[in-house]
Amino acid sequence: MQINKLQVEAIKCGSVIDHIPSQIGFKLLSLFRFTETEKRITIGLNLPSKKLGKKDIIKIENTFLSEDQINQLAVYAPCATVNYIDQYNLVGKIFPTLPKKIDRILICPNSNCISHDNCINSSFIFIKKLDKNMNLKCQYCEKEFSKNIVLS
Amino acid sequence: MRNSLYKKNIISINDLKRDELELVLKKSAILKKKPEPNLLKNKIIASCFFEASTRTRLSFETAIYRLGASIIGFSDGNNISLSKKGESLADTISVISSYVDAIIIRHPQEGSARLATEFSNSIPIFNAGDGSNQHPTQTLLDLFTIKETQYRLNNLNIAMVGDLKYGRTVHSLTQALAKYKKNKFFFISPDALTMPNYINDMLLEKKISWTRCQNIEEIISEIDILYMTRVQKERLESTEYANAKSKFILNTKTLKNARSNLKILHPLPRIDEIDYAVDYTPYAWYFKQAANGIYARQAILSLVLVEKHFK
Ligand SMILES: [Zn+2]
Repeated sequence: MQINKLQVEAIKCGSVIDHIPSQIGFKLLSLFRFTETEKRITIGLNLPSKKLGKKDIIKIENTFLSEDQINQLAVYAPCATVNYIDQYNLVGKIFPTLPKKIDRILICPNSNCISHDNCINSSFIFIKKLDKNMNLKCQYCEKEFSKNIVLS
Repeated sequence: MRNSLYKKNIISINDLKRDELELVLKKSAILKKKPEPNLLKNKIIASCFFEASTRTRLSFETAIYRLGASIIGFSDGNNISLSKKGESLADTISVISSYVDAIIIRHPQEGSARLATEFSNSIPIFNAGDGSNQHPTQTLLDLFTIKETQYRLNNLNIAMVGDLKYGRTVHSLTQALAKYKKNKFFFISPDALTMPNYINDMLLEKKISWTRCQNIEEIISEIDILYMTRVQKERLESTEYANAKSKFILNTKTLKNARSNLKILHPLPRIDEIDYAVDYTPYAWYFKQAANGIYARQAILSLVLVEKHFK
């Protein structure tokens, strides 16, 4: 455990998004526009993980994610945990839960959907299917897609 | 009866509750019996057709004139200065919304009507068809016609024939009829054009019975409504199209064992899926259905624009 921690530099204050499935960390950075900031960001890719085998990790200094942002993470990284750090101490640990609705970060797979126009943001709601799978329904074109199709 | 449709946007049949459907049907029936030519006097309505659809446009415009309102607008997005100058849909809507009391929009892209509501400054938007997505007034006129001919919207056996994959009218009608109890659906289509899963799943979730059938004859003696749609050539391979054409064409022979109350509906235009001889049978109801479009559109326009009805 100690060894894992040292593989990515510890931060004094800010958020650590841990247990991101490997290969997803980079995606989260761009989708959530974490890089559109002057804040210092550290990213670890393919780190060893007891839970996932391999994991990614993102640390953002002096930034606390909104509840909404945290829950939207759950779409891509259902097992992620978000740790809040202050003075190098863990002061909060949050487990994202799937939100009802997800705005902006996804792109509608329907190529004729008006949400592709550049003046608007996409918006999807989650629909639970009988087989317990989750579908995403575009709020504009009203088409329903399996989660994997929208996320890929 | 409270008018919960007042000032509402009419974008998708899924947005309307059962009570609201009833409200529209009731108002349609009243307007069919007794025209109210001054109901929308002094209202101005924009008819914005970003793609041509003559039938729908004329139907809406007739409905507007019958209610005493005035129209501004355009009938084809290619010929208007707005799109030539590359002005976005959002800007067009926000400008026009400052001129009028309501906007009717037809647009080739799915979701366009919903988008329009975000830029209309609370002026109600009526969706007259957004790509392959929704065309709620078509569904309202379908419901009105079914209720008028069968005296109920529950406990019906409904067969839908043709292109069930891309046919938005059959999707919306199924969604609307699924709000009523004990309806049974029969789906008849080429293999490549079956009902999409989200519709089948919705029926399954609501425990509504549906069956896929091979041909119309199989079920003709069981059904109350036969909803025919066109199979577009470009959706199928040529051999498959020839096969589908012969299989899903309705002629008088197919109707031999029909129930006496059977009504045949079709959103029109028809190509050759209904033999002309069928027009002369008592089952043919598609032209009356199209005529009902005026009343259904009058009803929805007046309910959205005038708060008090049903004295
Ligand atoms: Zn969409």
